[in-house]
Amino acid sequence: MVGQALTGTLASVSVTSVARWFADGSHWHGVDGLPHRLSEHVALSAIALAIACLVTVPVGAILGHLGRGGLFALNVANVGRAIPSLAILVVAVPLVGIGARPAYVALIALAIPPILTNTYVAVREVDREVTDAARGMGMTGMQILTRVELPLAVPLILAGIRTSTFQVIATATLAAEVAAGGLGRYIVDGFAVRDETEVFAGALVVVVLALAVEALMAGVQRLLVPAALRHHPDHHLEDSPNETVHLAA
Amino acid sequence: MFAVSQQPWVKWDWVRQHLGLVRHELWEHVLLTVLAVGIGMAIALVLGGLCRAWRPLTAPVLAVCGALYAVPSLALFAMLVPVTGFTTTTAEIGLVGYTLLILLRNLLVGLDAVPAEVRDAATGMGFSRLRLLLRVELPLALPAIFAGLRVATVTTIGLVTVTSLIGQGGLGYFLIDGFQRDFRTEVVLGSVLAVALAVVADLAFAGVQRRLTPWSAKP
Repeated sequence: MVGQALTGTLASVSVTSVARWFADGSHWHGVDGLPHRLSEHVALSAIALAIACLVTVPVGAILGHLGRGGLFALNVANVGRAIPSLAILVVAVPLVGIGARPAYVALIALAIPPILTNTYVAVREVDREVTDAARGMGMTGMQILTRVELPLAVPLILAGIRTSTFQVIATATLAAEVAAGGLGRYIVDGFAVRDETEVFAGALVVVVLALAVEALMAGVQRLLVPAALRHHPDHHLEDSPNETVHLAA
Repeated sequence: MFAVSQQPWVKWDWVRQHLGLVRHELWEHVLLTVLAVGIGMAIALVLGGLCRAWRPLTAPVLAVCGALYAVPSLALFAMLVPVTGFTTTTAEIGLVGYTLLILLRNLLVGLDAVPAEVRDAATGMGFSRLRLLLRVELPLALPAIFAGLRVATVTTIGLVTVTSLIGQGGLGYFLIDGFQRDFRTEVVLGSVLAVALAVVADLAFAGVQRRLTPWSAKP
């Protein structure tokens, strides 16, 4: 497999060989066909992200609302970054077996930190005067959270989800290492039989998918951010794919 | 192959017998990381200087770094292999590429955050633009630069493990070898050491930062 020494002469990859690979009808059908591998990749990423969001956004929002656990929320991001996904992947195999399950473990663990940190910070940083006004109007804590704080926090929460989405799609490539399918299959299998064209073609599809989803998320973000918050100078973070960089500063 | 086996998580005598190998891979991991972050920081400083000298350059340079950051690691390494082979060069091109966005963006954020009054005062004292950058702006940007260095280093330590898939990889070797042989000791050893290395590097940077920028001490 891949980890073994792979030396020796390398076949050359050319534009024509890659084009021929894509033109080959056999790469568009069956279990190893592009449509199937692409759908596996997307499903793996989407389910992992959905679970991560469902778990993390409420926790981050409540912690931010209460103003508690800030150290926890911020440190999860730092610690999370320190654990290599490849390590989670291979440690999960003896625990949950081979296939999609270890991939979910690794991808969910990867997706949680940016979402948690951003949700916490976004809710926490809502202007104190705004929440005071809401309380003065007789809103309960729950109403303040759902009707005032969360809408105002949307840009930063979405930025966190976008960061996670991007990393998850990229890292889902590694899932092929534990037999979870997806587009990484082409890279792993291509390596195994020294078919550089297949490796390159697989990598190309992952890159295009990641960039396409990134563009799509940017559009979704533009649509979902409340009109009043668009073009607000304070939300320069929303377009940064790596906003935790700023938060760490 | 992956039936639930009853092997222990760590076989200590294996670790004892392979201390030399552990030291070798750990050292390799450190070298790959230091080289990547060092080269990345040097390139970021040059690019940062150019962006400050000619502002319109900033957006396209950041866009290119962002696009580089956007390429999945395994895909990037895979695409480089036909060009540069299973070499350290392949690993480093990828690793350096990933540090650039983090380092450059934090450098620019730090420089932009220098208060205009400070800049004016220095200019009024007769500082040239270069001297202003080197003596006033860069020192004041150190906290942001260090924040970038910390994130870039920790991220790189994680990414180095992925380069084991192209025959490099330091501690990643244990992850792949342990996984392929279904030998938990190696998997645990590689994971624990990689995380420990990241934590140690992060704390070391935090310590250096506190020394260099005592004014920005965090509570």
